[in-house]
Amino acid sequence: MIQNPSRPAVIVADQLTKRYGDFTAVDSISFEVPAGESFGLLGPNGAGKSTTMRMIGGVSQRSGGTLSIMGLDPEQQGPEVRAHLGVVPQEDNLDQELKVRDNLIIYGRYFGLPMSYLRPKADELLEFAQLTEKSTARVDDLSGGMKRRLTIARSLINDPRVLLLDEPTTGLDPQARHILWDRLFRLKERGVTLILTTHYMDEAEQLCDRLIVVDQGRIMAEGSPAALIREYSTREVLELRFGADRNAGAADAVAGIGERIEVLPDRLLIYAHDGEAALDAVTARGLTPLTSLVRRSSLEDVFLRLTGRSLIE
Amino acid sequence: MSLIRDADLVLKPDRRPFAALYSRNIRAVIERGLMATRTSNAAIMISGFVEPVLYLLSMGIGLGALIGTVQGPEGTPISYAAYIAPALLTVSAMNGALYDSTINVFFKMNYGKLYQNMLHTSLGPLDVALGEIFLALLRGFLYATGFTIVMAAMGLITTWWALLMVPASVLIAFGFASIGMGITSYIRTFQQLDWVTFIMLPMFLFSATFYPLDVYPQAIQWLIQVLPLWHGVELLRQLSVGAFGVMTVVHVLYYVLMIGGGMMLTTNRLRALFLK
Ligand SMILES: Nc1ncnc2c1ncn2[C@@H]1O[C@H](COP(=O)(O)OP(=O)(O)OP(=O)(O)O)[C@@H](O)[C@H]1O
Ligand SMILES: [Mg+2]
Repeated sequence: MIQNPSRPAVIVADQLTKRYGDFTAVDSISFEVPAGESFGLLGPNGAGKSTTMRMIGGVSQRSGGTLSIMGLDPEQQGPEVRAHLGVVPQEDNLDQELKVRDNLIIYGRYFGLPMSYLRPKADELLEFAQLTEKSTARVDDLSGGMKRRLTIARSLINDPRVLLLDEPTTGLDPQARHILWDRLFRLKERGVTLILTTHYMDEAEQLCDRLIVVDQGRIMAEGSPAALIREYSTREVLELRFGADRNAGAADAVAGIGERIEVLPDRLLIYAHDGEAALDAVTARGLTPLTSLVRRSSLEDVFLRLTGRSLIE
Repeated sequence: MSLIRDADLVLKPDRRPFAALYSRNIRAVIERGLMATRTSNAAIMISGFVEPVLYLLSMGIGLGALIGTVQGPEGTPISYAAYIAPALLTVSAMNGALYDSTINVFFKMNYGKLYQNMLHTSLGPLDVALGEIFLALLRGFLYATGFTIVMAAMGLITTWWALLMVPASVLIAFGFASIGMGITSYIRTFQQLDWVTFIMLPMFLFSATFYPLDVYPQAIQWLIQVLPLWHGVELLRQLSVGAFGVMTVVHVLYYVLMIGGGMMLTTNRLRALFLK
């Protein structure tokens, strides 16, 4: 799976565990991320993605297991590790008492960077975040997406070697999202290692070389997006809508068609090698869905299979 | 921007002490604090200075007119205003330091999320704690200077020794700030912070602030002499008239030990305070 196995591991997590009281948020997970890889963490709400990210960033103490970031334990060498880390937390934590541009400058000062470096760097990052006009605005006066962009720009102030992005594109408009993707691809070309969580499966497919699917603090699957689709889904998917409240009932009627059926609140998914043939079989049973669509399998199907409750396995 | 090579991804451990908690960059925290005061609430800043002055005016002049002169540290009679002024300065140093190290830190931690953003950088919790304490002391220094000027303007200062009240206030503030931050690490809700106020108020009223300690029975006197505020009040009162003695050293030593203990507590609790 690893693209370039000769490169050293930047992150090694071994049986990493986080407990809050007697609740286990991250349950003994192990993974490695080689240099230059873009590595994704997928999973439903509450799976433990952000908790894992926070432990990698050295801002949360683990309850068990070991963790090595660029060869160091972030709990023992937090400042040294974080000097080379860029972090976009899930929730923006901009400094509300500082202006937009000062947020970047002061954040750079926390890394001990000199003003002569920070001034042009802050301007370049404001440009990237399309916030040049807002540079003297108060943070509170920014829109939600603008705050997100500023948080992302801020994470790049120290030219990080490893970038942790916790749902970076949540709240971004399509244009801003593509600007970010473009930047991430460029960083990757430079050799920056990316660790990313997202709830957008298309984004994960685009950006991640490899990913893990986490549920209830455990790793459910690991691999490249293409490999995961091959392993956990069929080639095609037939999507059927029978109208509100009738999808579940229709599930019984289509039982046996395709390899697997997934019932979602708004539609039925029939997993089959040949979607058109599956549709023919549905029609042959005298069923008339309101709409039908045949598409290729995507990461979303893998996600549903691994973290949802499938009706027929 | 250069290409990242494999060698860049093998970091060398920092072998200096406190490497896990400290990056020797308190300066950035202070810089941030100063920049933030530009946009912060002027009313809050000014009130810290005005409050002891108002007490001094109302009680010193008002009550002072009824009371006349009282016995000063050396036994020489001084005006009631000159008697309570050093005490009010001590109380203001305590209040400011405790406010900054408890309520303010608690708020920035849980609501402003300021520390979360600092700790995503190479700053460590010790940088943040020391920077915040420094800012609190700087504020205390400015207030103490202002208050001393007011005292001089009211004719309550008769010796140059009184200028030592300013550094002594900073010492007192340091003592309370270091303990305060340690206490904050145990606090989970805003309600628990009320306990801090609950302890401060009686200390304020009973630590020989407005009248001498010997009005109390012996047991109560001992209790008060164990608490920090009394030592501060007595220290500043002595400095205000330039009357030194063995007790001056004891008072200073009390605060030096308090700072030592407070910093040890705070350093030990940094992980609990900042890294959940
Ligand atoms: N400080 C905390 N105290 C107690 N429980 C916590 C704390 N932080 C997180 N949790 C719990 O740990 C679990 C994992 O949370 P986490 O934020 O890592 O989820 P996530 O995978 O990032 O979810 P999302 O997709 O919603 O962001 C959740 O059940 C959450 O309630
Ligand atoms: Mg999360």
